[in-house]
Amino acid sequence: MAARALSRLLSRSISSSSSGVSASLLRSSLGRKSEGWTNISRFSTAAAVEELITPQVSINYTQHLINGQFVDAASGKTFPTYDPRTGEVIARVAEGDAEDINRAVSAAREAFDNGPWPKMTAYERCRILLRFADLVEKHNDEIAALESWNNGKLYEQAAKAEVPMFVRLFRYYAGWADKIHGLTVPADGDYHVQTLHEPIGVAGQIIPWNFPLLMFAWKVGPALACGNTIVLKTAEQTPLTALVVAKLLHEAGLPAGVLNIVSGYGPTAGAPLASHMDVDKLAFTGSTDTGKTVLELAARSNLKPVTLELGGKSPFIVCEDADVNKAVEIAHFALFFNQGQCCCAGSRTFVHERIYDEFLEKSKERALRRVVGDPFKKGVEQGPQIDSKQFEKVLRYIKSGIDSNATLECGGGRLGSKGFFVQPTVFSNVQDDMLIAKDEIFGPVQTILKFKDIDEVIQRANATRYGLAAGVFTKNVSTANTMMRALRAGTVWINCFDVFDAAIPFGGYKMSGIGREKGIYSLHNYLQVKAVVTPLNNPAWL
Amino acid sequence: MAARRIFSLVSRSQCLPRFHPSLLHILGRDTQRGRNINKFSTAAEADELITPSVKIRYTKNLINGEFVDAASGKTFPAYDPRSGEVIAHVAEGDQEDINRAVSAARKAFDEGPWPKMTPYERSRILLRAADLVEKHSDELAALETWNNGKLYEQSANIEVPMFVRWADKIHGLTVPADGNYHVQVLHEPIGVAGQIIPWNFPLLLFAWKVGPALACGNTVVVKTAEQTPLTALFAAHLFQEAGLPPGVLNVVSGFGPTAAFTGSTDTGKIIYQLAAKSNLKAVTLELGGKSPFIVCEDADVDKAVELAHFALFFNQGQCCCAGSRTYVHQRIYDEFLEKAKAAALKRVVGDPFKKGVEQGPQIDSQQFEKILRYIRSGVQSNATLECGGDRIGTKGFFVQPTVFSNVQDDMAIAKDEIFGPVQTILKFKDNDEVIRRANNTRYGLAAGVFTKNLDTANTLMRGLRAGTVWINCFDVFDAAIPFGGYKMSGVGREKVELGLMYRL
Repeated sequence: MAARALSRLLSRSISSSSSGVSASLLRSSLGRKSEGWTNISRFSTAAAVEELITPQVSINYTQHLINGQFVDAASGKTFPTYDPRTGEVIARVAEGDAEDINRAVSAAREAFDNGPWPKMTAYERCRILLRFADLVEKHNDEIAALESWNNGKLYEQAAKAEVPMFVRLFRYYAGWADKIHGLTVPADGDYHVQTLHEPIGVAGQIIPWNFPLLMFAWKVGPALACGNTIVLKTAEQTPLTALVVAKLLHEAGLPAGVLNIVSGYGPTAGAPLASHMDVDKLAFTGSTDTGKTVLELAARSNLKPVTLELGGKSPFIVCEDADVNKAVEIAHFALFFNQGQCCCAGSRTFVHERIYDEFLEKSKERALRRVVGDPFKKGVEQGPQIDSKQFEKVLRYIKSGIDSNATLECGGGRLGSKGFFVQPTVFSNVQDDMLIAKDEIFGPVQTILKFKDIDEVIQRANATRYGLAAGVFTKNVSTANTMMRALRAGTVWINCFDVFDAAIPFGGYKMSGIGREKGIYSLHNYLQVKAVVTPLNNPAWL
Repeated sequence: MAARRIFSLVSRSQCLPRFHPSLLHILGRDTQRGRNINKFSTAAEADELITPSVKIRYTKNLINGEFVDAASGKTFPAYDPRSGEVIAHVAEGDQEDINRAVSAARKAFDEGPWPKMTPYERSRILLRAADLVEKHSDELAALETWNNGKLYEQSANIEVPMFVRWADKIHGLTVPADGNYHVQVLHEPIGVAGQIIPWNFPLLLFAWKVGPALACGNTVVVKTAEQTPLTALFAAHLFQEAGLPPGVLNVVSGFGPTAAFTGSTDTGKIIYQLAAKSNLKAVTLELGGKSPFIVCEDADVDKAVELAHFALFFNQGQCCCAGSRTYVHQRIYDEFLEKAKAAALKRVVGDPFKKGVEQGPQIDSQQFEKILRYIRSGVQSNATLECGGDRIGTKGFFVQPTVFSNVQDDMAIAKDEIFGPVQTILKFKDNDEVIRRANNTRYGLAAGVFTKNLDTANTLMRGLRAGTVWINCFDVFDAAIPFGGYKMSGVGREKVELGLMYRL
């Protein structure tokens, strides 16, 4: 079952006690055996990078998808998309601008106002989503290969966790489609009051490059389950997989115009979508700075409601009673997973002073053991960063850490001379006011901080503009209960991290975002509430 | 109970046994007495204004449990809209006062006793506050009328709705996981809520905002409308008396981000942008409307006329959900128009403290002038002015109940929110057409439908893009009914469970 496979990745990483410390992501979920480790050189070198595996997948869709048709950009322009292992171009993709967004929005508008979609029964919509999930499952490996090729993430992570998770999410939302109930409301007088939960209309959705397929599912799933139509703008770094799955969604029976996809850049395609007067709702995942721009564009145009999933600097707190070996492994996973490119990465590792030295030593060892290389190769734990811009940014933060007198325990440089590989890097002696402890680095850089007691660490963990997630490692139920309530974060993982079931709501406190995705909460983002009131004549009861 | 009585005003209007569902009827005026009052009170009558027997005791900002002067020492005048005369000078808040209020609220949230109280304790405080408000209701009502110009009897019968009883019913969920995990969801207060309220229903909107925020355990900084700063201060004082810890509810009087109406869509856009530019705080907006009131061909014309009249003229037309586009089916159009005009001509305008008066003054000169400009625009665009169209008297801000016929969808009076006693009547032929025309607006706050036919009601109920659809009634506002806008009428819902959802 896809659902199982997926939770195995993220769930079992901690709970397997079999092999002691190394209950790591790769070991338990990707089926790699310890023997395999020694065969792979740590930190693959440029030489290793030259022997790249060529993915067995062809790129069939590079145009916009508008009104059920793949079409060129209105301007005729294209832009290159890359393989982050080499920085080489793998395809040229239609480059959308305001005109393409206009066309896509008017297709979505027409599909919502006059098309068959809103007049289908919820059960029919549910069936289409289920058929779609089956089709994606059938093409699992091919979709995963494309995701890995365009993003640089581990192939096995894509094939065994992310695509199955994608399928799981669509089955989850298919289940909601026919379970969206209104309420009848007790009135204070002779009235019959009911609420209808209606789709909002045309949803604009802008997704990031770090989990292109999963973010597609988080956004498109609930919007379709609730009966909306969509214009989706993918990230310019990763335009490819969304087009493939969208094609399958049409094969599953989605009417033309219900889901439209425009590839392109934020300022030229994202901005016109955010400020479009005919878009009724906007959802964005990305950086906090861009989130501010998006919200402002929504405010200035037609006041569309906005859901934002933004940045984070999530604390990972290791209490003095924690099992150090497990904590090291999970803290490592919390930060380095997906090349550190997670909005909820556990990027401030707070360790109690009594276990700090041991923890640091072991974290460093673990980072030194991390296998970096071609993400298509079995046994590799870390691929390249997404692009040169992110790559340079990560290296700049490493320099800033050194300049501000944090101790560089390991890593700190690039790997090889091609592509965007960065050494797994660990800093100790990090102070709260250093940039590396305040900003979102979005790369494989772990910052380890020391704390003395729980009140202090709560206060320091909360002293940030972000509030996306937090990790707590403790055996003590009182400590867990105290932290769980005091930490101002949208998710608190206790003795685990990055568990992402479809039913668990995800979103930020403070400047990490507005609204929640996944779970029952995600439906509110895509529903309008209409109150309907009629008088009652001679009612039997009130 | 406070909660009960609130709604008697607006709710019962339509459920009286025989037909006479007007607001006035509920307020106890009988038709005979109505005849003793001159239609359109004159300036002469305005000279004999009733002096309200209420003292203005609270004019300073409420910060951290204390009434304090503005940091700048400045004050601004609050007026009696009946005469335009100053009735009090109120502390004028600026950035420094807001800073102080926010830091009191921050401290109360981060370190104060409020978030650590049990929900039951919080609910007890809020219930005590409700009792105190009820005890002082006549005084509050008089103050509300004096400062706002709304009918005294309307104020006196409206109590502060309370969200109190939600406080101890906020549950989290446990969530089924795909693996060996225990997943639970906690619903926590957000923290410090900033709330900006308008002048048209100062106490009710105070309750809509402050009620759910406090019930969920937040702390609050309220900025009242500059036109109506007085009753919120009084009510806030009663909350303190009920045991609300200092800093939990702070009230700053002063001006908004622009000269526009606090509550208008334009101001909403500015506020939304300010939130985006600062710290991305989540924003709930209740904004303008141009709500259709649709009278189908099978409607009882007399009832429809009365309700459409009420839907527009209630509160001097100063309702965000006013039924301000009266669509009438062509078969009954002529009869409806004749009767709507007659109803407007019968409407009694005068001192809102006087029994039998149906309409008081508009809130201030700015609104008053705006309404007269829209009336001129209606005349210029060749709508037919059936009655009214001018001011009454020479003092205060009284406007004649005004009716336009032959209104076309593209006229400014059919598109913009007038926020005054100006009814625009439009003709339609069939349901599909009226749905399309009713939806052809940037707004989507509410809609009224008048029909006996169940199919028509069901079709319109789903076809209309509006946050509330009242069928054969209008302005029913129970605490449990969610309220809010589609499209540019707002973001989010207030009242009921969903009102709570947006603050958690």
